Amino acid sequence: MKISLPEQTRAFTLKINEMIDQNIDGCYQCGKCTAGCPVAYTMEIPPHEVIRWVQLGCAAEALNSHTIWLCASCETCTSRCPKNIDVAAVMDALRILAFRQGQTKVEKEISLFHKLFLQVVERFGRVNDLYLMGKYNLLTLNPLKDWRLGQKLLAKGKLRFTSPPVKGIKEFQETLRRIQASEESGS
Amino acid sequence: MRYAYYPGCSLHSTASDYQQSIDSVFRKLAIELREIEGWTCCGASAAHVSNLLLPVALPVKDLLQAEKMGLEVIAPCAACYNRMRQANYKIKESAELRQKVNQILRADYQGQVKVRHISDVVVNEYGLKAIGQLLEKNLKGMKVVCYYGCLAARPQKIVAFDDAVYPSYLDRLIQTLGGEAIEWPFKTECCGGSFSVSKKEVVLKLTHDLLDTAKDLGAEAVVVDCPLCQFNLDFRQGEVEKQFRKHFALPVFYFTQLLGLCLGFRQKELGLEKLNVQPFALLEKKNLFV
Repeated sequence: MKISLPEQTRAFTLKINEMIDQNIDGCYQCGKCTAGCPVAYTMEIPPHEVIRWVQLGCAAEALNSHTIWLCASCETCTSRCPKNIDVAAVMDALRILAFRQGQTKVEKEISLFHKLFLQVVERFGRVNDLYLMGKYNLLTLNPLKDWRLGQKLLAKGKLRFTSPPVKGIKEFQETLRRIQASEESGS
Repeated sequence: MRYAYYPGCSLHSTASDYQQSIDSVFRKLAIELREIEGWTCCGASAAHVSNLLLPVALPVKDLLQAEKMGLEVIAPCAACYNRMRQANYKIKESAELRQKVNQILRADYQGQVKVRHISDVVVNEYGLKAIGQLLEKNLKGMKVVCYYGCLAARPQKIVAFDDAVYPSYLDRLIQTLGGEAIEWPFKTECCGGSFSVSKKEVVLKLTHDLLDTAKDLGAEAVVVDCPLCQFNLDFRQGEVEKQFRKHFALPVFYFTQLLGLCLGFRQKELGLEKLNVQPFALLEKKNLFV
């Protein structure tokens, strides 16, 4: 069966193709990515169907799916695809677009964690787990989450209250601002 | 032997026992690790889901430092290793990306600094034969499963330094140490990685499947070389046991901790007391406890 899609619909497909530097139309829907996906059991739509949405230009369906956030980036799909489609990179591209468009509510805890992680890196240059966890718990209104685990990690010296200052942090923060500016200018 | 060392954030916090055991083992092997000055985070799992440039630019910033040192880089964390290798690959593959990243970093990086996983250096570079000659103790009678996880195996052409589906480098190390590495089908399955915080139920399910299979096959411990895997299997094990009403009590060692024990180091020099599931009963049983 031949499916003809209007140019406007194809714009989304072409955008993803450009971001992953591949032609997603190569996917013939064999479902091997889904078969090997360790998180597919909890996805409402399996990975190969997300790929189909992208082929058909269904941006809203793809960008609002839980699936793109539940992808653990284990790359099993990518390594097994008989057409060499980088499925994990498609999930990344969709998440990047969702972030750019502020469409992150569908899995707000997962997207918040990514966002806070990068904020912590920007502030300290490295990840301060205690700071990251504390902020995540506060913003998810669950201040006592993993409280016991945190105490245990502190007692074992696996968490620290302060991070040693990173040499050249100011320069690092400037670099991050240049990256942000370049990304926003449409790269 | 001398390498530029990129510890990564975990080795300074939740994996400080990994760091301690690396320090001890590498001293004994006389391999010098020179920490990259002013290193910053590789971006881990957050950068590549948020931005196209960040996951490449962050590792390249540190690889530029290593290039000045004129040394190959060792990364002990599978996530850092993966991100650095992927950055190198992309810099080499795409002229456009290379130009963009170099412009931002005000540098001229061509992706030439070699990045090695710490296990690759120990097993393949230093070599199991040489390790065999240094042993003061052995793991005789200890049955373990070696768990490799995702990030040092996939994507295969960019990161793998052994079979990407069924690797054996840790198994071979354990055999060299006199232990028994059990064959099992979950070597490169996923533990859920960073979902430990933001989607814990996924991690509990995946780690349950791993621990349950390991226990069924008669393993007495799990051996890993990734801080994320270690954290999920060890520090979430109690919750897994509670949720699935099972009893595992499986210690989860970094390979450098078991290697260190066989090289004659004591528990404090290997951070063994920092493990969540206590290994001391097992170690005593195998005459390894000092």
